[in-house]
Amino acid sequence: MAETLLFNALRAAIDEEMAKDPTVLVMGEDVGHYGGSYKVTKDLYQKYGELRLLDTPIAENSFTGMAVGAAMTGLRPIIEGMNMGFLLLAFNQIANNAGMLRYTSGGNFKIPMVIRGPGGVGRQLGAEHSQRLEAYFQAVPGLKIVACSTPYNAKGLLKSAIRDDNPVLFFEHVLLYNLKENLPDDEYYLPLDKAEVVREGSDVTILTYSRMRHHVIQALKTLEKEGYDPEVIDLLSLKPLDFETIGASIRKTHRVIVVEECMRTGGIGAEIVASISDRLFDELDAPVIRLSSQDIPTPYNGTLESLTIVQPAQIVEAVQKIVALKV
Amino acid sequence: MVQERTVPVFHAADASITKEEGALLYEDMVLGRFFEDKCAEMYYRGKMFGFVHLYNGQEAVSTGVLKAMRPGEDYVCSTYRDHVHALSVGVPARHVMAELFGKQTGCSKGRGGSMHLFSAERRLLGGYAFIGEGIPVATGAAFQSKYRREVMGDEQADQVTAAFFGDGTTNNGQFFECLNMAALWKLPILFVVENNKWAIGMAHERSTAQPEIYRKASVFGMAGVEVDGMDVLAVRTVAQEAIARARAGEGPTLIECLTYRFRGHSLADPDELRSKAEKELWFARDPIKKFSAYLIEQNLAMPEDLNAIDQKIQAIVDDAVQFALDSPEPSSNELYRYVFAED
Repeated sequence: MAETLLFNALRAAIDEEMAKDPTVLVMGEDVGHYGGSYKVTKDLYQKYGELRLLDTPIAENSFTGMAVGAAMTGLRPIIEGMNMGFLLLAFNQIANNAGMLRYTSGGNFKIPMVIRGPGGVGRQLGAEHSQRLEAYFQAVPGLKIVACSTPYNAKGLLKSAIRDDNPVLFFEHVLLYNLKENLPDDEYYLPLDKAEVVREGSDVTILTYSRMRHHVIQALKTLEKEGYDPEVIDLLSLKPLDFETIGASIRKTHRVIVVEECMRTGGIGAEIVASISDRLFDELDAPVIRLSSQDIPTPYNGTLESLTIVQPAQIVEAVQKIVALKV
Repeated sequence: MVQERTVPVFHAADASITKEEGALLYEDMVLGRFFEDKCAEMYYRGKMFGFVHLYNGQEAVSTGVLKAMRPGEDYVCSTYRDHVHALSVGVPARHVMAELFGKQTGCSKGRGGSMHLFSAERRLLGGYAFIGEGIPVATGAAFQSKYRREVMGDEQADQVTAAFFGDGTTNNGQFFECLNMAALWKLPILFVVENNKWAIGMAHERSTAQPEIYRKASVFGMAGVEVDGMDVLAVRTVAQEAIARARAGEGPTLIECLTYRFRGHSLADPDELRSKAEKELWFARDPIKKFSAYLIEQNLAMPEDLNAIDQKIQAIVDDAVQFALDSPEPSSNELYRYVFAED
């Protein structure tokens, strides 16, 4: 496959899995005729028909519950949240039913479904359309949570999420849909529980995910010029966290910075820091630095919005500061 | 003076059931009643815990609908008041009782409890504890039948789904959202409202602008019927028609069963708001007494036949209790089991 945009990589993942398995279907608002709010399912209804690209009424809790029922009875639905924030309206079905039902049913039923769509802070979309639900949902047992960040990992991870027998929350980012990358011609799957070492290094471990991976990469330009050698890890799997990869890196660098787009309180970073404290406290040569979004509703104003999320310059400063700390 | 809705007239003679069918319906209702009475006893004796919502008085609904379906083949979604639905679809009384005792042999392996009974084998998609949340799940199961038939070309996929819920649920958005989708896509589903007049302490007419729930189907162009929920044959007849419609691909039906719970909302409910006069009026409509009188009057059973059934069911319920008592607790080594599909 030639150079591919991220939204087309997702589309290819869905197309390939639908071609292979007639039980795979997509449900949600405007996924059929309209092709999805970010064109991830463009024209697929012409190939697979309207029942497999089911345009639902605007009823998030109910169509999410429908997907749970369809999954319990043998289909493999993919739900698209037109914007992931809308799925706050489906919190009950995601938490009580998708997440917990296998357990409360004592293993009677499995729920192979994917809940995917655009999340994150975009460009002046306002507070309600700038949510990072991964933080809200991480406490729900039974859910796997994945955040893609490149066309390559978007495709491989989504294919694996569709094949997984558990409910998978799959976060895309509104600002990454037009990223381009050359993808392999051959079919591939990526594991849902493995982080990616984006850059090997020895000074400090930077743990990040989704769009913040790209802010970290921007910061790298300056850092490399200044002679720093950070190791960058894209978590990809937010639940479970890949502590094999994270641990190996921390045992090497002994310093950690978390760069995330969710809010500081109760965020993914908060969980990572707590887990590092539990498992790797003795390995640390410095307190972990957590760079998160501010604990505020995302403001509409562009300047205020950019102050709300982590910027590359803050990452540079954090690396300078943590590496300068002598044991 | 208790004001009650006029119950639709049903000509029992039209139902024409056989002796065997009569015995089966009677037996299922008695099983529901005796099982629930035993639950109350066990709850007060400290053998089961949490919230326990009993079904006494509403047996004609579970039996009338579910015995008209193909239990184990068709799908059923229930609520927190789910014991008797589970029994009617054929989950063994032993496994239901063991679940209420929190035992490993329970139908949900002791993980679910009273409000979360499940059986993949009997296609019981669960008891759902929050109001209305089972309706979308049931709608999904019904969609699945249509999908298998139309997308996957499976001619055998004519399963129907029944979603049970109460009058209080019909003021909830999921009810309307799913009625809309089921009608839009002509899904094979029965929305069965067990209108027992009370949502805990909220009288139905105090909570809704249109108390006649079955009429709410009309705005979706859906068949909506009201039926005497204390008359098993009336419920069964209405259910048979709705099931035939669903299997034929003609879409959903909203069935409003006018019924009454003979006990409080749960065993923790002091039940202070319902008047004595109202309760007495409904006790006089006891669906089991009504049906046994019918069976005898129609020469479909002798009193001693019914006594024999009563004794047989009492033995089944007593055996279920003994089974639950004798069953092991879940192993603490398996605390984490069943979180994920691979476990």
